Amino acid sequence: MAEQRELTYIAAVAEASRTVLLEQENAFIAGEDVAGAGGVFGSYRGILDEFGDERIVDTPISEEGIIGLGVGAAATGLRPIVDIMFMDFMGECMDEIANQMAKMRYMFGGSASLPITVITMSGGGMNMAAQHSQSLEAWICHLPGLKVVAPSTPYDVKGLIISASRDDNPVFVVLNKLSLGNRGHVPEESYTVPLGEASVVREGSDVSIVTYSRMVGESISAANTLSENGIEAEVLDLRSLQPMDTEAIVASVKKTQRVVVVHEAVRFGGLGGEIAAQIQEDAFDYLDAPVARVGAPFSPVPFSPVLEQAYIPNAGRIVTEVNELLNAA
Amino acid sequence: MELNNEALLDIHHRMVRIRTFETEAGKLAEAGKIPGALHLYVGQEAVASGIMAHLSNDDWITSTHRGHGHLIAKGGEFGKMFAELFGRATGYCKGKGGSMHISNMDLGMLGANGIVGAGPPIAVGAAFSIKYRNVQNVAVTFFGDGASNEGSFHEAANMAALYKLPMLFVCENNGYGEYTPQANHQAIVDVADRAAGYGMPGVVVDGMDAVAVYEAADAAIERAKAGDGPSLLECKTYRFFDHVGVRGMGLSYRTDEELAEWQKRDPIHMFEARLAELDVLSKEDAVKIHESVLADVQEGIEFAENSPMPDPATLLEDVYA
Ligand SMILES: Cc1ncc(C[n+]2csc(CCOP(=O)(O)OP(=O)(O)O)c2C)c(N)n1
Ligand SMILES: [Mg+2]
Repeated sequence: MAEQRELTYIAAVAEASRTVLLEQENAFIAGEDVAGAGGVFGSYRGILDEFGDERIVDTPISEEGIIGLGVGAAATGLRPIVDIMFMDFMGECMDEIANQMAKMRYMFGGSASLPITVITMSGGGMNMAAQHSQSLEAWICHLPGLKVVAPSTPYDVKGLIISASRDDNPVFVVLNKLSLGNRGHVPEESYTVPLGEASVVREGSDVSIVTYSRMVGESISAANTLSENGIEAEVLDLRSLQPMDTEAIVASVKKTQRVVVVHEAVRFGGLGGEIAAQIQEDAFDYLDAPVARVGAPFSPVPFSPVLEQAYIPNAGRIVTEVNELLNAA
Repeated sequence: MELNNEALLDIHHRMVRIRTFETEAGKLAEAGKIPGALHLYVGQEAVASGIMAHLSNDDWITSTHRGHGHLIAKGGEFGKMFAELFGRATGYCKGKGGSMHISNMDLGMLGANGIVGAGPPIAVGAAFSIKYRNVQNVAVTFFGDGASNEGSFHEAANMAALYKLPMLFVCENNGYGEYTPQANHQAIVDVADRAAGYGMPGVVVDGMDAVAVYEAADAAIERAKAGDGPSLLECKTYRFFDHVGVRGMGLSYRTDEELAEWQKRDPIHMFEARLAELDVLSKEDAVKIHESVLADVQEGIEFAENSPMPDPATLLEDVYA
């Protein structure tokens, strides 16, 4: 077998962006420091040289303007990819997101199409403190009209960005900063990962761990630890958060009868609550125990490394939660 | 306020304190001793010092991601500042804020800020409060050229002028927003021009000249306290280090020649030359001041290094009153 080509998570963003620009003549990229600097995380390195400054545009520090640019350009025939460096900055542009981008098609009786891809970064663990570390995906999953994906691997990064760019709806691609250097197999050619499809990344029969983004990796290491004690956890990577693959969640629950939902976002009001509710609606009779949830405690993300470590969910906490769940049942 | 010898020496001291703190903080960051992101103020010292020389602890400021200089000029203690940068329990924010959120309410410092452009509206609120309480103080908001493109700046400018608030908008135009030169982020040369659109005076100031900054602030503060409303001071300056840290990400968005040109107008060197000429401070005495400030900085670092980490049990403290 030929050796599989590997890319980092962040290089997969650049490759996906390049693929989209090659495939779609009306696609362009706009955002702060995306062109000259290639993105502050390196997401768009090389794009300016290859495509020129008409297809990748440096914007002022004007997030409301950036999202508005995307909405207006998309409604009039282009296929924008707009970059909001950290998803914490969504506060600056929430009206354009929530009241314009999400609703325009519906309010206009279906006459407007908004093929926008928004690329942004979530997550903590880098001591970036309260305003640069949040996982705010629940904000946007709550808005009918938006789609949201949160890839955990370089393969999914590329495939989901390409899918997002081909979709005629606004799609948020929520990336994770701490995963940027992760390596994984990424085919050179263009391919898609369908929106709305979860993936079983580890099979197991004793408990299901339903998760997404960086917590997929933590869940797999938790599963490996549990396995040493004879507990086989199934890990389901949701990949898409809106729409969510409820069928895949239910299928896994039917198999294992026990579920822990894991995300890095604050537990209260996080997607875990929604997932737990869906499980009790669709698979109540199969449950042997209440749905458990692992998420961040109810505080802003602290700066001090000691506090941040205590804050962000990790494999250890997932193991503890699974053990408690199994002992209770 | 008259710029007598005492005031000149005071401004000099503030600038040296900032320069020394930031230089040492930069070294510590390069040595991997400071977690997270560090945006250093070296090169821009004349702005914070020239403005803050007018302010008391009852005057409020809002700062930016590049906020250490503002806090130092407002009287911040090195030990508590380093402790915060190190994430220690003894830091100004008990380790919860770090560089980007460093603040001290007792000194009238409403925080550095991780959100570009978030400061001006908050300063409007502080100025409103000053007016409401009928006290003789001002609120000063510091922000960058890049931040002047955020809607929040424009809303704040309009409201401050509308309500004739005792406020100063201080734009530190260092020519770049991150890696984007000003010419690529706005179609104007002088941010001060924006003031006219809101009905307040806009003044361009040499931000490398602490006396020029001091004098411009003097007039603006007088106006603000007289009830005539806010002013915008645009201080043209330059950051000598990279956007983040000392050497940043190694991007070539500005030339060494450009940096060298600005370094010829180093605000501290220029100020010391002036003080020597005026016989206010000899070169030898200036060196002594640098040495004594460096000793203070080292003491601050030692305090921080010997301070305890926060107890994880404090994680949920201070979310609510
Ligand atoms: C709302 C928001 N958008 C973007 C950023 C990322 N960012 C941090 S600093 C910065 C540049 C700010 O430029 P300027 O206001 O000129 O201040 P300077 O860094 O030059 O001091 C940017 C874009 C941010 N922190 N907040
Ligand atoms: Mg700037």
